[in-house]
Amino acid sequence: MADRFAPGDAVRTSTADPAGHTRLPRYARGAVGRVVELAGHHPLADDRARGLPGTTQAVYHVRFAAADLFGDGDHAVTVELWEDYLEPADPRGGTP
Amino acid sequence: MSADHHGSSAISERVRHVEALLEARGLVDEGEIDRRIDEFLAGGSPANGARITARAWVDPDFRDRLLADANAAIRELGLSMSGGLQEQRLKVVANTEDEHNVVVCTLCSCYPIALLGPSPAWYKSEAYRSRVVRDPRGVLREFGLELPAGTRISVWDASAESRYMVVPRRPEGTDGMPEEELAGLVTRKGLIGTAAV
Repeated sequence: MADRFAPGDAVRTSTADPAGHTRLPRYARGAVGRVVELAGHHPLADDRARGLPGTTQAVYHVRFAAADLFGDGDHAVTVELWEDYLEPADPRGGTP
Repeated sequence: MSADHHGSSAISERVRHVEALLEARGLVDEGEIDRRIDEFLAGGSPANGARITARAWVDPDFRDRLLADANAAIRELGLSMSGGLQEQRLKVVANTEDEHNVVVCTLCSCYPIALLGPSPAWYKSEAYRSRVVRDPRGVLREFGLELPAGTRISVWDASAESRYMVVPRRPEGTDGMPEEELAGLVTRKGLIGTAAV
């Protein structure tokens, strides 16, 4: 399957709070960031932690402005996120 | 849970119990897990990261290749990220006059063991893992690294499959210094981003 996102794309992270394991850090939920680069293809960690084979999908470095994560701060945080955690986002913060 | 999540004796007991069960059921041979860990750790040392850094300082083309495809570039130095069950992707980021990089794993303690050896206790502490994403400038100050106000800080959270290493800035006054000597200036903290070099 083709990758859904490319470098430069604005993405919004999921707000879901799954009962089991996930590799979407809590501080980065529901936030808008920008795809920096593709970081390979890997089975979804959430599935593997439940003993499932996991669908292999794209993993991206996604860069967030600290202010968009925490409400303040002038630094950036780059998080590595599976495609399932991401939706397209309007770069100005709304949804398309 | 203890603050340092590898330090709990309750977890150690559970790990020993699971290991005994795996051996009893014939899923792993006696001592196999320890042997695999020993193999994984063999050769892992910050000296590897220091060698990579020194080469990047003296050879701008190597630096470019390292930042573009670190797994391929470190093979030029006889190093690799394939000490574990599968090769891990390595992402190398370089500090500049304008930007400082620092690495953390907020979810657990992912770390490039093949290049830096076992991680320091502070890297695994909840204090470091929770605070450096939120207030990197303050945390770096506590490490004794005061960055100029104009320096942007980029935090890299090793939240998935990649491992990260920082190339610190080459210190002033080291022009003409041999590569091996340059490698001797590089510290483990510098390769994580909590020290200047």
